[in-house]
Amino acid sequence: MSLASETPMQRERATTIYEKSKPGRRAAVLPDAGVPERPLEELIPANLLRAEPPRLPEVAEPEIVRHYNKLSRRNFDLDSGFYPLGSCTMKHNPRLNERVAALPGHARLHPAQDPRRAQGALELMWLLQGSLAEICGLPHVSLQPSAGSHGELAGLLLTRAYHADRGETRTKVLAPDTSHGTNPASVTMAGYEAVKVATNERGGVEMDDLRAKIDADPDAIACLMLTNPNTLGLFDENIAEIAALIHAAGGTLYYDGANLNAVMGHSRPGDMGFDIVHVNLHKSFSQPHGGGGPGAGPIAVSDRIEPFLPRPQVVRREGENGHSPFFDLDHERPKSIGRLRGFQGNFGVFVRSYAYILSLGADGLAEASETAVLNANYLKARLAAGRAGERLPVAFDRHCMHEFVLSGKPMKKELGLATLDLAKRLLDFGFHPPTVYFPLLVEEALMVEPTETETKESLDAFADAVEQILAEAETDPEIAKEAPYTTPVRRLDEVKATRHPVVRQSLG
Amino acid sequence: MTRYTSATPDDRAEMLEAIGVDSVADLFEQIPEPLRLGEPLKLPGGLSEAEVYERLAGLAARNADAEEQVCFVGAGMYDHYVPAIVDAITQRSEFLTPYTPYQPEISQGGLQVMFEFQTAMTELTGLPVSGAGLYEGPSSVASAGYLAIGATKRRRFVVSRGVHPHSRETLATYSAGYGAEVVEVGLEGGLTDAAALAAAVDGETAAVFLQSPNFLGAVEDVEALGAAAREHGALLVVACDPMTLGVLKPPGACGADIALGEGQPLGNRLDFGGPSFGFFCATEDQIRRMPGRIAGETDDVDGRRGFVLALQTREQHIRREKATNNICTAQALNALAAMVHLAWLGRQGYRELGELLVRRTAYARGRLAAVEGVELLHEAPVAREFALRLAAPVDAVLERCAERGIAAGYPLGRDYPEYEDGLLVAITERRSREQIDRLAEALGDAIAAERGDFATQGVTKSPQPEGVA
Repeated sequence: MSLASETPMQRERATTIYEKSKPGRRAAVLPDAGVPERPLEELIPANLLRAEPPRLPEVAEPEIVRHYNKLSRRNFDLDSGFYPLGSCTMKHNPRLNERVAALPGHARLHPAQDPRRAQGALELMWLLQGSLAEICGLPHVSLQPSAGSHGELAGLLLTRAYHADRGETRTKVLAPDTSHGTNPASVTMAGYEAVKVATNERGGVEMDDLRAKIDADPDAIACLMLTNPNTLGLFDENIAEIAALIHAAGGTLYYDGANLNAVMGHSRPGDMGFDIVHVNLHKSFSQPHGGGGPGAGPIAVSDRIEPFLPRPQVVRREGENGHSPFFDLDHERPKSIGRLRGFQGNFGVFVRSYAYILSLGADGLAEASETAVLNANYLKARLAAGRAGERLPVAFDRHCMHEFVLSGKPMKKELGLATLDLAKRLLDFGFHPPTVYFPLLVEEALMVEPTETETKESLDAFADAVEQILAEAETDPEIAKEAPYTTPVRRLDEVKATRHPVVRQSLG
Repeated sequence: MTRYTSATPDDRAEMLEAIGVDSVADLFEQIPEPLRLGEPLKLPGGLSEAEVYERLAGLAARNADAEEQVCFVGAGMYDHYVPAIVDAITQRSEFLTPYTPYQPEISQGGLQVMFEFQTAMTELTGLPVSGAGLYEGPSSVASAGYLAIGATKRRRFVVSRGVHPHSRETLATYSAGYGAEVVEVGLEGGLTDAAALAAAVDGETAAVFLQSPNFLGAVEDVEALGAAAREHGALLVVACDPMTLGVLKPPGACGADIALGEGQPLGNRLDFGGPSFGFFCATEDQIRRMPGRIAGETDDVDGRRGFVLALQTREQHIRREKATNNICTAQALNALAAMVHLAWLGRQGYRELGELLVRRTAYARGRLAAVEGVELLHEAPVAREFALRLAAPVDAVLERCAERGIAAGYPLGRDYPEYEDGLLVAITERRSREQIDRLAEALGDAIAAERGDFATQGVTKSPQPEGVA
């Protein structure tokens, strides 16, 4: 593509806020100190003071606003279009939730406030704990973990504490080869050895391999981490047997809740035999993803894991003599693994997710999962009926849950088009591409999760775009290989960014 | 049709036909029958938007927030003024609703913000490399421990008791997984006991953890304390308050290998403790061990400047069990809030804010220390927070102040049994001289009332100098 045909946004080259800085410009006007203007050296020894202030940009407010508004337009976002990013559950983010989170009683509440003056916040947390416990089918919840991977680490440290309490030292944690990368990364951080379990021809855990890995040294097995439905979007029908095997060996069963959106109100991890579950509030429970957070990763656990939950725990103390109940932070938990972070967790996220649960209610949550599953299966069928059926077949041909995985292997072989090329060409059609190259066991994988909040029309439009790209590639595969053309920048040199990292603006 | 979905009965019929099943229930048959719930969740039915609002507003009204009380509580999170443009920009759909920037061509806005944020944090801390942000402060401290184990192949941490209690506890929690030992060094006169620290650090020490200003508000001599770490080849990890770095010598200039901390004071609300973000900066040689996302500059195929997630080979989605950290979703929107706040403050404003905090804090410290029944817990230099000793039970004094609409501070006895009589008082640009004077009066009255000494109520001691250098 020649530079002559640049779009207006492409013509405007990236300029950082530092490059817009000029000495003497400013936005902030601070209050008068109102106290004597004493030299700092009288207050703090000179050797502890800074000589030169940091070189922050010097820009007036109108230019700051314009700068970040322009930057925002260089992003694609869920409010602008279809975002079928597998495993990420990009469902609508209700603005009501932003409004209630911004109420001063939430937004300006200090985390160290005396519980007697934070009863509303603690009750909200207690109510959210109860709701998540019911949805997960496990009685005890800690809201403390900050995101899914933090929940995983919590779960593994709980596992460690549980075994240690029984006088056992176990060293291995099993996870399928389809698992999220965070699973094995958390395993190592928790001081365990990660052991991979194979996948069978139906997309579930390969039972013989699981048995072999357990039988090799049952006393070493600390835990099995599973996602169910798994990252192929398939429910593992052997889950009851899997749970029995791991429990017989003495291990815990951990549920990666990234895919909970498939089963809310239909099936509960606790009933499947899981001991520990993390929930991604930024996935199933509508917290906006913010371009990479914030999220929250509460954990729900069974009775035997409860004594080890992080400190502090939100509790409800029954009122005496007709007094109303009191919500409190319980720090007296002698077997607790301790804190995982400061204060009580990402409370602002709790407010949004609780508002979401209140809005949907029991029936609405079940309906959300139902529609998510319907949408995924419909999109899968729509794609299969077109060129994708041959070029981009589904990796495991059965009904899926809330997402499904396609393989671009034939597309690559027959048209010379890699999954990455298809993804980049989709950008020109105004879609966020599905997750690519994950899970690892599917060659040229494309993982599609439409979520319940998309219309049939948007699913149809996506299927039509895939069809059009495949048709176009049959005549001229080079078009997709060079894509995208219309985005603010075109394909970027990621290798250069890693070999010769430039991670800050040079300020001379 | 329920909330936020749009499949009509006709849509459903068409979709089911395309799938080739009679009902949605058929799709759920892959779940073995005994594991299907078979009954509604025991949760209430859905509510209208107006009802949800009322319900949550009702809960919010039962919290005493910083609009209702004058807030002198700090202890890691502070009631700073968040400029209006922070809300306006962070609430834009284009920043609020995307996922992590896995497709850089359509994520240049978010990636450039990360790059600008990283630049700002390196400027603040005086270290050359910054990540795009972690969860929050204490877990960032724990992540530094993981980095230090990777860098030194040692598993022993030496931690000052001046480090935030939540950070110390979080490091201990994670250390159960790391298989690391945590050794604590006490305080002397409000500051880390230098001799005890030097004695505690040895050739097996992976990292030394300091905080400045420390939890008691005292500005530590990081450079001098860090000598022990340097001598034994341990990493020096310094937790810092980003609102003080306009005036205090940055950790990078004091020999720190890692500077990190709680980012909430920069553009983020109190939110009862989160979401905020953690910042994490390091020396050049640690760049490939850094936790979390890092944005880097590059070019597109036509030579245009662009940004991508750099050094992804450190991360869990590529490296799996060998990743330098397990973190995935972090706090990008909160880091954006910080960047906008810092741009708004600008080079001059950021410095001025630091100076304002130091001077108001000095005034407040002198003013409160002059109150009958109040004395300084330590006389070390402070920047924005200081510790007092009260001659009456702290909780009772706090309760009396609360009744007058003042959250007077943080009771140190919650975390430090040795300071059962201690009160930690924090100052922000929102705490005016008039409010500080009100606090002094309320504290004096409360202490007098608690001591049953009504004769001295409202009386102050002879004036003390403002601040003690």
